[in-house]
Amino acid sequence: MADVTFTVDGKKLTAPAGTLLIEACRKAGIEIPAFCYYPGLSLQAACRMCVVRQEKVPKLQTACTTTVAEGQVFTTESPEIAQARKATIELLLGNHPLDCPVCDAGGECELQDMTFKYGAGESLMVDAKRHRDEQQWSPAVFYDRPRCILCYRCTRVCGEGMDVWALGIQNRGVTSVISPDGGDQLDCEQCGMCIDICPVGALTSGSYRYKTRPWEMNHVSTVCTHCGDGCKVTLGIRQSSDGSEIIRADNRDKSGINGDFLCAKGRFGFDFVENTERLTAPLVRNAQGKLERVSWEHAFRVAASKLKEIRDTRGGAAIGVIGSNHTTNEENYLLQKFARTVLQTSNVDHERTTDYVAFARALAGHKEKSAGLRDIANAPAILLIGGDPTNEHPLLAWTIRTNVRLNRARLYVANHRQIKLERQAKATLRIPSGGYGRIAKYLSAKDSTLSDPAFREALLAEESLLVIFGEEYRGSAVDELVAWGLTLPNVRFSYLGDYSNSRGAADMGLLPDRLPGYVPVSAVEKFRDEYPGLPATIGLNQSQMLSSAAGGSLAALLIVGANPLEAENLDLNSLKNKFVVVLDMFLTETAAAADVVFPAASLYEKTGTVTNTYGDLQLVRKAADKPGVKPDFEILVRLASSMGADVKRLVPFGKNVVKADLGQSRGAQSGEADRHAVWLVANGLEPKLSPFDPLALLDEIERLVPAYKLDRLNLFGGNEVRTEPGFVPVSALTSSGPDLVKPSHNGLFTSGTLGRYSKGIRDLEKHQAETKQEAVAG
Amino acid sequence: MTAETMSIFSPKVSARFDALVEKYPVRRSALVPMLLYAQDEIGYLSDAVIAEVARRIGITELDVRNVATYYSMLRFKPAGKYNVQVCTNISCMLRGAYDVFEKFQDELRVGHKGVTPDGVFSLEEVECIGACCWAPAIQVNYDFHDDLTPDSVPGILAQYRQKSEGQKNA
Amino acid sequence: MPRLVSHPDEVKVVSKRFGQGAADIEKYIELGGYEAIRKCLAQGPEWLIEEMKASNLRGRGGAGFPTGMKWSFVPKQSAKPKYVLINGDESEPGTCKDHLIFLHDPHSVIEGTIIAGLAIGSKMGFIYLRGEYRYLLEIMEKAVADAYAKGFLGKNIFGTDTEFQIITQSGAGAYEVGEESALMESLEGKRGVPRIKPPFPAVVGLYGGPTVINNAETIATVPHVINMGGAAFAAVGSPRNGGTRLFGISGHVERPGVYELPMGYNLKKMIYEVAGGVRGGRNLKAVVPGGSSTPVLLPEEIETLGMDFDQVGKAGSMLGSGGVVVIDDQTCIVEFALRTISFYQHESCGWCIPCREGTDWLKKSLTRFHAGFGTAKDIDNIRYLAENMMGRTFCPLGDAAAMPTLGFVKKFRKEFEDHLDGKPCPFAKHGAPELTVV
Repeated sequence: MADVTFTVDGKKLTAPAGTLLIEACRKAGIEIPAFCYYPGLSLQAACRMCVVRQEKVPKLQTACTTTVAEGQVFTTESPEIAQARKATIELLLGNHPLDCPVCDAGGECELQDMTFKYGAGESLMVDAKRHRDEQQWSPAVFYDRPRCILCYRCTRVCGEGMDVWALGIQNRGVTSVISPDGGDQLDCEQCGMCIDICPVGALTSGSYRYKTRPWEMNHVSTVCTHCGDGCKVTLGIRQSSDGSEIIRADNRDKSGINGDFLCAKGRFGFDFVENTERLTAPLVRNAQGKLERVSWEHAFRVAASKLKEIRDTRGGAAIGVIGSNHTTNEENYLLQKFARTVLQTSNVDHERTTDYVAFARALAGHKEKSAGLRDIANAPAILLIGGDPTNEHPLLAWTIRTNVRLNRARLYVANHRQIKLERQAKATLRIPSGGYGRIAKYLSAKDSTLSDPAFREALLAEESLLVIFGEEYRGSAVDELVAWGLTLPNVRFSYLGDYSNSRGAADMGLLPDRLPGYVPVSAVEKFRDEYPGLPATIGLNQSQMLSSAAGGSLAALLIVGANPLEAENLDLNSLKNKFVVVLDMFLTETAAAADVVFPAASLYEKTGTVTNTYGDLQLVRKAADKPGVKPDFEILVRLASSMGADVKRLVPFGKNVVKADLGQSRGAQSGEADRHAVWLVANGLEPKLSPFDPLALLDEIERLVPAYKLDRLNLFGGNEVRTEPGFVPVSALTSSGPDLVKPSHNGLFTSGTLGRYSKGIRDLEKHQAETKQEAVAG
Repeated sequence: MTAETMSIFSPKVSARFDALVEKYPVRRSALVPMLLYAQDEIGYLSDAVIAEVARRIGITELDVRNVATYYSMLRFKPAGKYNVQVCTNISCMLRGAYDVFEKFQDELRVGHKGVTPDGVFSLEEVECIGACCWAPAIQVNYDFHDDLTPDSVPGILAQYRQKSEGQKNA
Repeated sequence: MPRLVSHPDEVKVVSKRFGQGAADIEKYIELGGYEAIRKCLAQGPEWLIEEMKASNLRGRGGAGFPTGMKWSFVPKQSAKPKYVLINGDESEPGTCKDHLIFLHDPHSVIEGTIIAGLAIGSKMGFIYLRGEYRYLLEIMEKAVADAYAKGFLGKNIFGTDTEFQIITQSGAGAYEVGEESALMESLEGKRGVPRIKPPFPAVVGLYGGPTVINNAETIATVPHVINMGGAAFAAVGSPRNGGTRLFGISGHVERPGVYELPMGYNLKKMIYEVAGGVRGGRNLKAVVPGGSSTPVLLPEEIETLGMDFDQVGKAGSMLGSGGVVVIDDQTCIVEFALRTISFYQHESCGWCIPCREGTDWLKKSLTRFHAGFGTAKDIDNIRYLAENMMGRTFCPLGDAAAMPTLGFVKKFRKEFEDHLDGKPCPFAKHGAPELTVV
C-alpha cells in the first residue's frame, strides 16, 4: 500500500495506508496502552484502553482498529483520554481482587503498570467483589478468574497461534470466564503460551507460581537445550544457597527466531537441572567395582593415566570417542580435536539422528540455498515433505502457521500420514509410507505412481519455494530431492533433525570420516598447523565402536553427553573390562557402566554456541550455576592437561592478545563500556585469558569450518547468525552412512535421556495421557 | 453401534436436526436453534446433548459450550416440566410483577431457578419477554399469559398441573 | 392472546390488518397483500430505492437510520452472496410491537423482506425471532411455507426468473443479539458478541456477504410505502420522519397497548388521550419515551413534545424503539433505575471492560442504595461511572445502560438523597426487591 501522511500529537508520521494506528504509533515511538491488542493476533477492541481522539470524529476511537489514511489528525494523550483510560482501569479494579502481594504477576503486571500510569489509585468500590475459586487445568496451567481482565489474548494465542483452540469464553457479561476444553482440564499441547501472554496474573504456571518475586530474579537469554529448533529462551535465575537456580523459562522479550514462542519442553523442561539425581561429584570405580565419589584431581588422574597408557601401548585406534547432540559447537569441536590430536584416534562419532552429511554434500558449492527460521517465517511458499513439525519441531510448526496466517504464505504438505499442519495447507499430497524416495521423480513429472498432478502443478507455479524435508530422507534420497529443487529458480532447503546441537555435532566433525566442516579425513592439508599428528585414516563409527568395545580390539571409550547403551539398546555388561570415561549430568545406563564419570554442566550452565537444524547459529549464555559440576569444555581441557598435552595448542588462549581499551581510559559511563566490550568480543579482540573460555576456539572454528563465517556483532548482540553450507567446497564427499542415522522422534513431551529427568515434562505427559484416556472412556 | 447412528434424540427431532443443518448456507447456523430444540426434548443441555450437537454441526464440544452458555434460555440443569418464567422488567414491575412473582413463590414453595420436588414446575425470574403492553406477563415454557394479578396465579398453575396429570394418566 | 387496542387518532398503516386473520395467506392477499411486490418487480430496484428514500422511512429498531439510504449502501456487484436479515429479536424493555406484527401480519414481513431483496439484488433473506417468541416463530414458519407454496418464494418468484429464499431463525435469549452485528454472529451460530466496525454489514455482513439488516417493523412497513408511494407515506409523518409508528404504551396508564400514530404525535396526548391517562387518576412522574435505554423525561418536558427521532433527540432523549413507559408518582425512581440497570447487567455480553464492569458496579451500588445503605458519595459515583461508560464501550449497549442511569440521577437526585442514611424507600411496597436475576 502507498504511504500516507497523518498527524499524531502534532507530529507528522508516515506509514503505508491501512496500517493500524497503534502499530504506526509504536514504530514512531508513541506508545498507546492496550490490554487486548497483541501484535499478530486478531483484533478485539475489547479493553478500550487504546482510545484516542481523531479530529472530526465525535467519539474516542480505538487505535487498535483505526487504520491510517492521508491527512488524519490524532491525539493520543490528553486529559480527556487519560480520564477515559483511568476510568476503564477503575472499572476493571472494581471486581479485581488486588491481591498483588501474593500474585505471581506482581511487579511485571500490565494492569499494575497502567494503574500506576493513569493513577486510578483511589478505589471507589465499596461493594463486595465477585469471587470464583482458582482452578488448576493441568500441571502447567492455573486459572484465577477474579484476576482475569478478559483480554482474550490466551484464547487467541491458543487458537490462532497454536491452532489448538483449547480455550474458550463461556457465560456472558460479568460472569464470563475463560474455559478449558476438557471441562475443568486442559487437553492441549501444554505449551504454556497462554500463561506468558496473560497481561495479569490470571493464568499462572504450575512450575513458577509462588516461587519468587520477579525482581528477585536475574534474566539470562540463552538457547533451549531440547529439540533441533533452537528457540531462544530467557531464563529467570535466582541465587540459591549453593549457586543459582532456574526459576522459570519464557521468551516474553520476543527476542530471537522464536518471538514469544516456546513449547512445553522449552518452558517447563528446564527442571532437570535441579533433579536430585544430578551428578555433583566425579565418580571412579573402586576396587570393589563400585562407583565412588572422588575429588576432581583424583578422577582426572585416573582417567588421564589410563587413557595415556592405552594410547601409548596400544595406539590411539584402541580408543573410541562418542560425542553429544546437546553440547556446544566449541565442546564438540574441542572433543574431536582432543580425540584426533591428543588421543590420536579417528574413532569419533555421535548419535546421528539426521543425515547432515548427505545434506552438506547436496548443498556443497550452492550458496544461499539453505533456509534458516527467518526464511521460513517469510517464505511465500513452503513445501513440507515428511516430518511431524507439530510434535517434533514445535517452533517450525508455529513459524509456518504464523506465516500462513499473517502473510498468506502457501503451504504444500506431502506426508505418508495426516499431520496437523495440513489444516494450514493449500494442498496436501498423501504418499505411501516408504514412498519418499519417489517424490523427487514425481516432482519432476517422471513418476506417475503418485497421481496428483494438481499438487505438482500448483507447486511448480510458485515463483519461489522453500523445501523442508524430514528425517525420512537420508543418503542418496537427500541428493535426489535437493537436485530436483536446484532446478527451480528460487529455492531454499531445510532439513529436520533432532536435538539442540545435532547439526553442530556434524558440522564440528564428530564423525569418523570427516573433519570439521565435512572435510574428509584424507584431505588434511588445512588442518596441519592446528592438528599436529592428525591420523588420516577413517575411524570407527558409533556402532562399530560399541561392538568393538564389546568383543573386539577397542580398549577405551570416552563418551560425552551421550547414552549409547540406551540408544543402541545394549547390555550394561557389554563394556565390561573396557576403560570407559563418561561426561554426563546423570548416571545414565552408559554412565553406570563407566570407570570414571565426570559430572557435566547442562547447556544452561555454560557458554558457547549451538547450531539448530536450520543452520542458525546462536550464543548460549551461562545462566544457572550448579555446584560440583563443570562444563564439558573445561573437563576436556583438564583431561588433556592431565595427559600432558599442550593445552595452548588445543585451545589457543592468550594468543594474539590485543591491549584492549575497555573504555575506562575515556572515563566512559558503564553503559558505554558495556557496548565497547560487546564490540571487542564481536571483533575477537577481547583477551582470552583462560583455556576454559570456549570462545577462544571461535577463531579456529571460523578458519577451519567453511560454513561458519560468522557475523560476530550480531551473534554477540544476541541474534542468530546464518551458517552457509554453500561455502563447503565440493570435494570428494563420499557415502554419508545413511544406515547409521537413527531419528529419535522426540515428541512434545520427550527429549531423549534428558526428558526422563524433567518432572515438569513427565507430569505433562502423564496429564495428557490421562485426559485422552478420559475422553476415550467418556 | 457407531457414533453416527447413535442419537439421544427421538426419531422426529433427529430427522428435524438432519434437515436443520442443511438449511443454511453454513452448517453452524443451525447451532443456536438446535440447542433450543434439543433442550425442549431432553429438558436441559446435558453433556450428551452437547456432544451430539457438536458432532452434528462438526465443531468441538468446547465451541458448543462457548455458544450455549451465552444464551440465557439455555440451561445445563433440568428444570420443571413446566418452567414458569415471570418477567419483572420495568413495564411488568410497574404493574405488579413482583407481587405475581411472590405469589408463584408462595404457591410453588420454590424461589428463583427452583424446581418443585415433583418436578412438575420450576420458577424463574426473567428479563423482558416482549409483552410489555399486556403486563404483567409470564411465560410457561413457550406459552404467554398476560394481564396477570396475583389472583390469576393459582388458576394458571392448576391448568398446567391438570395437563401434567392428564399426560401421566394417558 | 395480546389485547388489541384502538383509538380514533390512530392512522393504521402497518397495523391495518391486525385482528383480521391476515396470518392466513389467502386473507392477506384479499386485503391487498403481495401487491407491492408485483409493483417492485415491474419497476426495478432503482425506482424502488428512490421510493424508499422519498418515504423518509427511518429504522424502527431504535437508531432511526433512513431505510432507503441503508439499502443504497449495498454494492451492486459482489463476489459473495448478498443477504437481507430481519431483526425480530425484539428485546428492549417496553417494546412489544413486533410481537403483534408476527402474530397478526406475518406476510407483511415476508413481503417486505422480498422487496428489500429485490432492492439490493439478494437471493436470500433471514427472519430472526427471539427465542421466547416460539409461537410467533411457528406462525412465521407457516407463513413462509405458504408463500413458498404460492410461488412467492423460491427459484422463480411470482413467475419471474428472480430467485428469493427465506429462512426463519430462532434466538435463545440474548438482548445483545438485537445489535445488528451480534445478530449476524448469532445467526452464524456464535456467541452474540458484536463485530468490529468497519467493515459495516452493507459491505461485509452475514457469511461475509453484503447484508441489509432491518427491524421487523421497518420491513413490515415497506410494502405499505410501496403501495402508498414514498411521498404519500412521508406526508403522513413529520419532517424527515416519514409515516406512522407503532407506539407501545405500557406502565401506569389506563389503556396500555400498541397504537399506530403518525410520527411527531404529541407525547402528552399519547399518554392522556390515546392511552387514557395515568392509571387510577394519579399524577405523572416521568416517562421513558422509547424503551428502557432512553433517558427519562419529566412531565414538563413532554407538553409539546412530538414523538419523532429529531424532536425527542432535541429534548435530550431518544425515540428508540417507540416503547413508551409511563411512571406514576407512587413509583420509586431508585427502584426503577435499579431494575433498569439490572437488565443491562444481565444482558451485557461482557466483551468490553466499561460495559461489563460498569453495569455490574452500577447494579451493586444501586442495590445497596435502594436497600438503604447508600452514602452521599454513591450518588456522585453512580453518575461518574455512567458518564465514563458513555461513548467508551464496544457497542451501544454500554450507552443504553449509562444513558437512563444518568437521566435518573440528574433528574431525580433528590429522590436518591431521600434514600440516604438508612431511610426506608419512601415508595417501596416491597422494600428492596429481591433481585434474583444474575
